Amino acid sequence: MKKRVVSLFLAAAMMASLVGCGGKANEPASDNAGSGAAADAGTENTTGEEEASSGTEADSQPAENTNSAEGGAFKIGAIGPSTGDAAVYGIAVQNGAELAVKEINEAGGINGYQIEYNFQDDECDNEKSVNAYNTLKDWGMQMLVGTTTSGCCIAVAAESANDNLFQLTPSGSSVDILKNNDNVFQVCFTDPNQGVGAAEYIGTNGVAQKVAVIYDSSDVYSSGIYEKFAQEAANQSFEIVSAEAFTASNKTDFSVQLQKAKDAGAELVFLPIYYSEASLILTQANSMGYAPKFFGCDGLDGILNVENFDASLAEGVMLLTPFAADAEDEATKSFVSAYEAAYGGTPNQFAADAYDAVYVLKAAIEKSGATPAESVSDICDKLKGAMAEISVDGLTGEAMSWDADGAVNKAPKAMEIVNGTYSLIQ
Amino acid sequence: MKKLKLSKYSKENIITYGLVIAVWAVMQILINGGKVSSLMQGLLVPLCVYVILAVSLNLTVGILGELSLGHAGFMCVGAFIGAFFSRYMQNTIGQGFLRFILAILIGALCAGAIGFLIGMPVLRLRGDYLAIVTLAFGEIIQNIINVLYIGRDSNGLHFSMKDSLSLGLAEDGDVIINGAQGITGTPKDSNFTIGIILIIITLIVVLNLIHSRDGRAIMSIRDNLIAAESVGINITKYKLMAFSISAALAGMAGVLYSHNLNNLMATPKNFGYNMSIMILVFVVLGGIGNIKGSIISAIILTLLPELLRGLSNYRMLIYSIVLIIMMLFNWSPKLIELRKRYSLKRLLKKEVR
Amino acid sequence: MSFISYLINGISLGSVYAIIALGYTMVYGIAKMLNFAHGDVIMVGGFTIFFAVSMQGLPPAAGILLAVVLCTLLGITIEYIAYRPLRQAASSLAVLITAIGVSYFLQNTALLLFGANTKSFTSVVTVPAIKLAEGQISISGETIVTIISCIIIMAGLTFFVNKTKVGQAMLAVSEDKGAAQLMGINVNGTISLTFAIGSALAAIAGMLLCSAYPSLTPYTGSMPGIKAFVAAVFGGIGSIPGALIGGIVLGIIEILGKAYISSQMADAIVFMVLIVVLLVKPTGILGKQIQEKV
Repeated sequence: MKKRVVSLFLAAAMMASLVGCGGKANEPASDNAGSGAAADAGTENTTGEEEASSGTEADSQPAENTNSAEGGAFKIGAIGPSTGDAAVYGIAVQNGAELAVKEINEAGGINGYQIEYNFQDDECDNEKSVNAYNTLKDWGMQMLVGTTTSGCCIAVAAESANDNLFQLTPSGSSVDILKNNDNVFQVCFTDPNQGVGAAEYIGTNGVAQKVAVIYDSSDVYSSGIYEKFAQEAANQSFEIVSAEAFTASNKTDFSVQLQKAKDAGAELVFLPIYYSEASLILTQANSMGYAPKFFGCDGLDGILNVENFDASLAEGVMLLTPFAADAEDEATKSFVSAYEAAYGGTPNQFAADAYDAVYVLKAAIEKSGATPAESVSDICDKLKGAMAEISVDGLTGEAMSWDADGAVNKAPKAMEIVNGTYSLIQ
Repeated sequence: MKKLKLSKYSKENIITYGLVIAVWAVMQILINGGKVSSLMQGLLVPLCVYVILAVSLNLTVGILGELSLGHAGFMCVGAFIGAFFSRYMQNTIGQGFLRFILAILIGALCAGAIGFLIGMPVLRLRGDYLAIVTLAFGEIIQNIINVLYIGRDSNGLHFSMKDSLSLGLAEDGDVIINGAQGITGTPKDSNFTIGIILIIITLIVVLNLIHSRDGRAIMSIRDNLIAAESVGINITKYKLMAFSISAALAGMAGVLYSHNLNNLMATPKNFGYNMSIMILVFVVLGGIGNIKGSIISAIILTLLPELLRGLSNYRMLIYSIVLIIMMLFNWSPKLIELRKRYSLKRLLKKEVR
Repeated sequence: MSFISYLINGISLGSVYAIIALGYTMVYGIAKMLNFAHGDVIMVGGFTIFFAVSMQGLPPAAGILLAVVLCTLLGITIEYIAYRPLRQAASSLAVLITAIGVSYFLQNTALLLFGANTKSFTSVVTVPAIKLAEGQISISGETIVTIISCIIIMAGLTFFVNKTKVGQAMLAVSEDKGAAQLMGINVNGTISLTFAIGSALAAIAGMLLCSAYPSLTPYTGSMPGIKAFVAAVFGGIGSIPGALIGGIVLGIIEILGKAYISSQMADAIVFMVLIVVLLVKPTGILGKQIQEKV
């Protein structure tokens, strides 16, 4: 009986806390907007279903709604895995976007409005990602920078399309994200774009004749690129002699995949994977005395920043990436040094994409003249229109512009690692 | 209390059903009154999914007394078959509700059948060996789904275990299951009411089984296998019965899960051993064999990480600490004794005296 | 030729599984619990050596010693806080769940302390690789050290358990806790000691795992942990030589499956073989058949 009482009480407490203060529990711990401009916007500018939730939120935290002189702030949410296996990417997005928000706020905000920023963890799980999205909605999010990973992004895009909430994903690269969702835009390249681009580059520049591929068959990003690469390879002058996969639960030993590539006589190994696994592949190839050319996509960026990694192993690795942390231009340099000062460690491409995403939002808002007082849906419609017109110079590409379907137009840069740093080819 | 004509069991059952219906009614009123946050609204269906999973695993762990670490595998089967059916039939059966009911039936049946097939050879293993074999099956199912490609074009269905290119689809082709990329575009047919109905169906199945003749046979196997065998109970039959019913219910939960998300992928996170273990945590925390406990602990443990979002990066750390503390509180013999000594009831009694 | 090199790769991978499985099986054999946190203790060991040797520049021997001491203390603490209170619990599953809680706890603590970025571990093994057949086949130094350590540890443990007084006490505790207590054996102390040994082995396993596969994240231990658990069951859980055999066999099957059947289905193949083995020999390769009495 006792147990029952306790459990009933607990359950009731849970219910009460969720119903009563759905908004309060989610107060952004990472809220660094700092300024007194906590928005009362949340109350007025929501539509339809959200009215209910923001209503409760307003009830539960009236004390914080200090009206700022500017009359509100933009609420930008971000989602990514900050725990779990993929945490490294989510944390990069969290920090990259936060850095941009900080800079913009210090420089006076967007059209005079400050930005409030809130990041939520999704553990790289579709269901948790939708939970994170709903949490942000309760918080009063008006625009979403997210999600970090492709799978989650597809799930969240369906929700945001339903709410007509503007979504700009820094690194979700699957084409399914854009399909039927006109409110979703990408900062990174799409998977087909990367796969085809890599195949074309290898073919037209005659980098190699015999190519092996090692990809992660349990990963959306990796298998997506591989597929398009293989498709395009048929039209190119080289031949895929071995295509081997690994899976998320089997990614420590790559000896078989490398051995097969070696036996097939591959001169180049294409690695459409992330750099954590790639660093292992490079080490293992080295210890078995196999030294082909390695070629990767944007996921490979960051390999030089793996702590304590022997950079000489990565010598000669080529990659198509929009961003390189040791690029010499002013923007990249100041971003990298600001990032290092704030979070320690060198930013990777995810951080750069997220940083760019916030600036793209800024450009789009400035173009459209949206204000925080408008409804989520109105902001979204305005931004959708503005996205087609703007052109943004960011860390991950110059003069980035967007198609109506949401894909970005920018040129990938082919890089080669020489003497432990990236250098641009051509 | 004994004056009531109802037996102890039916009273317990009525309380359980009552609780579920009460929660549904309260939530409906709150939703209509606009008092529920979007987070909570979004969580309602997942909560139903986890409740069903916990109750169904409790059938295997608590009633049959066998440790299964592959429950998420059955959920995975149900989820994929259900979602595949809905995607395939999306244009054929326009009526969402009917299609969803069919998907649930098919998903549950297939998961049950898989449970039966797996159970036949492995249920003669005991204890940790059975646990590891079920874990292995869960991983195999997840791995196979990740390399499965099924597409459809005007010529019919195409299968491949390699990649979507080798499907050889015609121009009008549509890849339904795309390997690791899973199924995209499942219609969102799940809702809270259907979830609650499925919970009630699960409860009816499980509670009736427990209190039936078959259920007593199953529990006798748990309590003493040799004794049960010696009085002529067909061990294999009853073990299989409990195991495949549990699998079918998990499959049902899987269908509900897959129709709540636009994009269904089989990752180690949602259908791997991590999830199987998570469901086991619900069962053990709620009390092995205690159906109501399973429901409550599934709800608490699903909500907990969401409630802890305010802690930002410390969220999962605190979650793990709370989990350990709750386990110690619920299971440690010393603490149980302490709790008894200082329980409210006892204190009240003393005062009365 | 490639078959032989696959076989050698399989043995290298298998030896890593084996050394983790030894720790698993030790704890299981005596305390009769599946310590799901074992893989994460390995991760802690790996990080300790990484910071001591790669970052602070301590000599490898000092780093390993530090890791062993730290992991031993960690093991004893975990046992004391999370497992001991539940030893007399109504179900043995309770302690399994706290082990999962401890596993989450260690992973998330490591995530907060060390960050999610992959760290590249500098191998602490200095034994050179052996080259055979004109360099076509090479056996890495890590593999040699791992296999030798496995054999030493296996022999040491077998001797310790069977021939020493403390070891006999462990066997008695594993057989019947109540009876052991009546015979004057300190059950709690014996089980603490078991965890201490198991965790010290985890530190060594961490060193070898990270030397062979030099990538370190807070989640490094979890998957090899599960695989080693499978290996331990394969060999007959609780049997010390069984862990060694199970680990090596598992590694070979995994590599050959990847090489000759499908690299996408490597896990499915391993688990399929496991199921078949268990159906034929329900207690693993070297497991004891326990006759149940009424």
